[in-house]
Amino acid sequence: MMSNKIDVIIIGGGPSGLSAGVELKRAGVARVVVLEREPQAGGIPRHCGHPPFGMREFKWIYTGPQYARKLVKTAVEAGVEIRTLTSVVEALPGGKLLVTSDNGVEKISAQRVIYATGVRETPRSARIISGSRPLGVLNTGALQSMVYLKHRRPFKRPVIVGTELVSFSAIQTCRHMGIRPVAMIEQAARVTARWPVGLFPMLMRVPLHLNTRLVSIKGDKRVEAVEVENASRERRVIECDGVLLTGQFTPEATLARCGHLEIDAPSVGGSIRGSGGPVVDQYGRCSDPAYFAAGNLLRPVETAGWSWNEGRQVGRWVADDLAGDLAGDPLVTGENIHITIADPIIKFAMPQKISLPYKPERGMKHVQLRFTDSVKGTLVAEDGQGKVMWQCSLNTHRERRVLVPVAGLVSERSGGEIVFRVV
Amino acid sequence: MAVVEKASDILDGASKANSAILHTGFDAPPGSVELTCIQDGYREYREIYADMGLVLEETGAFVVGWSDEEVAKLEGILAKAHGNGVDDCSLISASELLRHEPSLADHAKAAITVPGECLIDPWSAPYAYLQQALDNGAEVFVSCTVTGGEFEAGEWRIATSRGSLRTRQVINCAGLYGDVVDEDVLGVTDFHITPRKGQFVVFDKAASSLLNAVILPVPTSRTKGVVLFRTVFGNLAVGPTAEDQDSRDDASSDKAAIEMLIAAGVDKLPGLANMPVTAVYAGLRPATQFQDYQISADAARNWITVGGIRSTGLSGALGIGQYVFKLYSQSGAKHPAIADPVVPRAKVLAQSGPRDWKSAGYGEIVCHCELVTAREINKALSGPLAARSLQGLKRQTRVTMGRCQGFFCSARLAEITTGHFDEPLSEGDDDE
Repeated sequence: MMSNKIDVIIIGGGPSGLSAGVELKRAGVARVVVLEREPQAGGIPRHCGHPPFGMREFKWIYTGPQYARKLVKTAVEAGVEIRTLTSVVEALPGGKLLVTSDNGVEKISAQRVIYATGVRETPRSARIISGSRPLGVLNTGALQSMVYLKHRRPFKRPVIVGTELVSFSAIQTCRHMGIRPVAMIEQAARVTARWPVGLFPMLMRVPLHLNTRLVSIKGDKRVEAVEVENASRERRVIECDGVLLTGQFTPEATLARCGHLEIDAPSVGGSIRGSGGPVVDQYGRCSDPAYFAAGNLLRPVETAGWSWNEGRQVGRWVADDLAGDLAGDPLVTGENIHITIADPIIKFAMPQKISLPYKPERGMKHVQLRFTDSVKGTLVAEDGQGKVMWQCSLNTHRERRVLVPVAGLVSERSGGEIVFRVV
Repeated sequence: MAVVEKASDILDGASKANSAILHTGFDAPPGSVELTCIQDGYREYREIYADMGLVLEETGAFVVGWSDEEVAKLEGILAKAHGNGVDDCSLISASELLRHEPSLADHAKAAITVPGECLIDPWSAPYAYLQQALDNGAEVFVSCTVTGGEFEAGEWRIATSRGSLRTRQVINCAGLYGDVVDEDVLGVTDFHITPRKGQFVVFDKAASSLLNAVILPVPTSRTKGVVLFRTVFGNLAVGPTAEDQDSRDDASSDKAAIEMLIAAGVDKLPGLANMPVTAVYAGLRPATQFQDYQISADAARNWITVGGIRSTGLSGALGIGQYVFKLYSQSGAKHPAIADPVVPRAKVLAQSGPRDWKSAGYGEIVCHCELVTAREINKALSGPLAARSLQGLKRQTRVTMGRCQGFFCSARLAEITTGHFDEPLSEGDDDE
């Protein structure tokens, strides 16, 4: 079956990958295959055992697993082929993939490939946390799949590190399995997630410690305690049997990073910034025009509903591209506008380029920005010569989405740069 | 023959963390036991690796001088290498170095080539050595701590946490506890171990394309310094640090040291600046007050001590085996060679090798980052060397050693390993 010509391969069967598949089929694309490495498609929502999912897409409130099943059903009914337990090992120029499954290794290819490989949280190692390396240090994703898919618990009294939306979801997960977090700590002076979830740990009887940094992890075989430090640099030890490292999402861009695609990881003022995903234009098109990207791989991190919508849009643009309707193939015209950031307080701006000619009716309507800290000031977009082309006042916090209309940035432009900075 | 191991899995002490390089001995102290063992080990590894399915990546190495002071030392290093019989080393200019290693920072001043340095798998090789012993009649006892012993009428009665063992000959290879075991059983030790901690940082696999050969520093009297090396698993690592400490168990890592290693790595290989960190690890080397290995025989008491194998133990292992066998034979023991020894095939974990995911029928891939299959995991959980801890399973399969560090596979892994580990990854309400 796989020897037949495939029009589009989608790598990753989460919300964005499945919705891209559905949209491609609805646009009349003949053969669309989703490759999913897990036993079931559905993505991260499969192990988020709580609502709300699906309001945007299905006008109904589901739990994560129900929502995942609904996504799969919709895709299958639309004619999308889903191959589970199939891993892409290597992605080569022009849409050629090396995949492995229980059948062994095979080479497959398609006219277009959409990366929809999502995000994961930053693990302990990449956070560079001091201390011993005992059992019981996990990310939320690992905890949730352990609890909701396997009904097992890795610890009973963890400390939760971080206060993103996922951190509060983690508290719910803990409660589901009778796990009682002993503390929630946050390095910043405020909760990262939006009010009123800041009230949540109190409601859940989990003490919340702001301005508190994880210094080190202690324990021989299993976690025994953590050492934390407050804003006055006072240290204390909290006894616990686990450490749950939440959030700090990073795109699961393995294939793209190890392959031939350009990755968004610029050095800005000596610090590494960027989405960590592939560099894309306003259609989600990568540096190799046979490849597109959709969903949270583009940028950490949005909700399942947002990713679903992004997948649908990118699916539409890939269908347009197959029909020869997508303007500004960078290989043909060589012209585009590069979007860069000139201030390390800006974490990333995505898309990183606008292919010309710009068509206002098609492509992402906004450049998405995020910031590394709370920031007040004016967000400025300059051209390459320092001339201000667009600006707005800015008052935002870490991990909050800021949207800048693409149309306002590119009017009358024939190439060059857009540089974002905060003044 | 029996191997007695304190931990639940072998390679759990000094052997769990090293730079996975098969050294030529070019810079080992001339005339030392260490040099003999490294060079004999190097030769034997090259003789046996193909038959055992072990990996050998012939990358070569460069000893790079980054300052005028370091460059001034290169001539001496070259003379030492030639003196040690490593004749293919030569001095090259910075421009020639950069032709071989175009990603290296351009403040490199000169280098010595050491073409014979290779990359190997630091765990599959020792596992294969022990497997061969087991296949040819040896036994292994894990979670078995030696607590004392008595020598009487030419026979040892060794007391362990799992009962006593009777044997004619004892070889103490207790690594970080080598002096303690000597003292506990013999009542005397010739050396004292001061553990030297080495921390390493492992970068994302994408970083491995930045380097071809191993980049060695100009060593000081205390340490070989910070090395930049690829691993056969496809990563790029920087380390080790060299920190003397009292604890023989505390292989903790600390942020300041890791950040120092990252900075040192970026300084020499600027492309590392935007590479994510995949893993951080630390190991303890059994350093003593002496520079050389401390291998000696107490012939009257049928006891051989193999101590102070500080940082070249992986390269020296097979040579140490030869050296110890000679000592043992000198005591009058005679064993005919095994007529038709079983030669086992090692586990294939090197990225370039015939990994399990490349052949059909593996079931599922459990660890996506390192492409570890269910078939590999189940195999590692059975047999006399069955993994009894996550650390052991990691060394045998590489599970959770990739960039997500278990984000995706911890749940499945907890399920598969239920009932196998002394310290389980998780508990369920139905567990005993």
